[in-house]
Amino acid sequence: MTVSQDAAVQETITPDGRTIGGVLMEMRNITLRFGGVVAIEDISFDIRQGEIRAIIGPNGAGKSSMLNVINGFYHPQDGEVWYKGAIRGPMRPHQIAAQGIARTFQNIALFHGMSTLDNIMTGRLTHMKTGMLSQSVWFGRAQREETENRAFAERIIDFLEIQSIRKTPVGRLPYGLQKRVELGRALAAEPSLLLLDEPMAGMNVEEKEDMSRFILDVNDEFGTTIALIEHDMGVVMDLADRVVVMDYGRKIGDGSPEEVRNNKAVIDAYLGVSSD
Amino acid sequence: MVEFLYGIEVVINGLMAGVMYSLVALGFVLIFKASGIFNYAQGVMALFAAMTLVGVQEGQVPFAHLINSVFGTQYHHFGWHINALVAIAIAALMMLLFAYLVERYILKHLVNQEPIILFMATIGLAYFMEGFGDLMWGSNIKTLDVGIPQGGNFWIEEKTAFLGGEDFYGFYLDTLDIYATVIAFILVSTLVLFSQYTKTGRALRAVADDHQAALSVGISLRRIWVIVWSIAGIVALVAGIMWGSKSGVQFSLSLIALKALPVLMLGGFTSIPGAIIGGLLIGIGEKLFEFMIGAPFLGGATENWFAYMLALVFLVFRPQGLFGEKIIERV
Repeated sequence: MTVSQDAAVQETITPDGRTIGGVLMEMRNITLRFGGVVAIEDISFDIRQGEIRAIIGPNGAGKSSMLNVINGFYHPQDGEVWYKGAIRGPMRPHQIAAQGIARTFQNIALFHGMSTLDNIMTGRLTHMKTGMLSQSVWFGRAQREETENRAFAERIIDFLEIQSIRKTPVGRLPYGLQKRVELGRALAAEPSLLLLDEPMAGMNVEEKEDMSRFILDVNDEFGTTIALIEHDMGVVMDLADRVVVMDYGRKIGDGSPEEVRNNKAVIDAYLGVSSD
Repeated sequence: MVEFLYGIEVVINGLMAGVMYSLVALGFVLIFKASGIFNYAQGVMALFAAMTLVGVQEGQVPFAHLINSVFGTQYHHFGWHINALVAIAIAALMMLLFAYLVERYILKHLVNQEPIILFMATIGLAYFMEGFGDLMWGSNIKTLDVGIPQGGNFWIEEKTAFLGGEDFYGFYLDTLDIYATVIAFILVSTLVLFSQYTKTGRALRAVADDHQAALSVGISLRRIWVIVWSIAGIVALVAGIMWGSKSGVQFSLSLIALKALPVLMLGGFTSIPGAIIGGLLIGIGEKLFEFMIGAPFLGGATENWFAYMLALVFLVFRPQGLFGEKIIERV
């Protein structure tokens, strides 16, 4: 509820005509420590409804840790996570997934023994409610639910253009396609917030272009809010509406790609050294 | 000719013994796949399940010894006998409760620990259950009879007698083994169908593959672990019924778990078909070896060690087992 009220106030239109709504998620003063190592130090930023939000920074800056905080793998020692207008208490990752936050991983984490279709079907689990007993007899509600969700999974498969590998065990697929299946599994959950951890790492130029197109299409067609980590600066500048820049666990920049590109601290810490 | 027919009989008997091994190995594989735990307590679970079944069926008072020594009473039996099927259902419920308790009081506290720690925990669990079972139902040897007929099957013997000449009396097969085979077949088919075609089955396979990814799509690991241990408990119950009917419910029942180890080395720790085929291979292998080499040349009793020898050979040439995942480390 709070979101739609905020949205009415804060709604903006991007140059390419998409609507960005109110704040969907807000991180307030997040601090995450592992023993004596401070992975994230007092970082605050927000993610707005319908935008593509990038998190960039050099290796070890704490980007993946931040994603892990958002989806509940890590629990920050300090700070608050606000989601859909309410503060989020300590929750387990699977509960957070059920709240509509889906993700992909830097090192692909697919279910290797299972087919593409089965992998994408696991993404539907949060939408399937029948009990174990009725599944066992495979009758009535359970069967109907399975069929409906199967239809949705097929739509995702069409959308990602992976019809030809529906039945292939994903362990046999080439890297680029595995990344695409993983995106499909996350999309199958119809997430409110989609987290992508380096969706283009290790890809060739052509695969990167494909993946960029899918990310933009997902955002455009389904209006899915996306937060992504990426190393390729060109890609980030093309995709993102707003960028958070991290270095050594701190936030050193936040704004539109242009603002970030011209930010002195960012250039010193990151772009000035490793940009190509 | 007769030699050959006896050879066939040996193979069939080996297959049936193999089914029994597979049943025990299956329990190991289920838990190992889903949680990476080598469950040392699997054999004791079979023993405990069988003891509970006998106890319930015979109307034994649980913890009778303890109660009597504390209160000076003389309770031993409720004085009723319960129908075998009802007793099996009650024993199954006990195994479900057991699975829940294991998750709640052991696994939950050991998430993300090293496999060796989890292994040690299951050793502790095994000894705890052994003692707890004795305390609850008494440590005497019990006979289990759930109504499965035993002894040679004369029908098959008569019908197959014509195959050989004067010296061949037909295949000798134990009726209990035939029942065990059929029941194991039904059990395994049910498990396979369940894991392939239901949402929970899919979640089980997902957890077996990748814990983090499973969490990220909204699967509760703890719930899955309870389910897996429940299934393993039911499998243990079935194995306990079969082995218990065959050789009585006593401590040595828990040692059948040791026989499952070579099966797992053959079939691979992570493969359900591997557990089944590994069990069958060991069953046939040890019977055939005894028949052809052991008895005539080595003085017999080779069945005791043949399985372990075979496992050792496999470890040398194919450490991941027949169906296990090949271990390739990225350099």
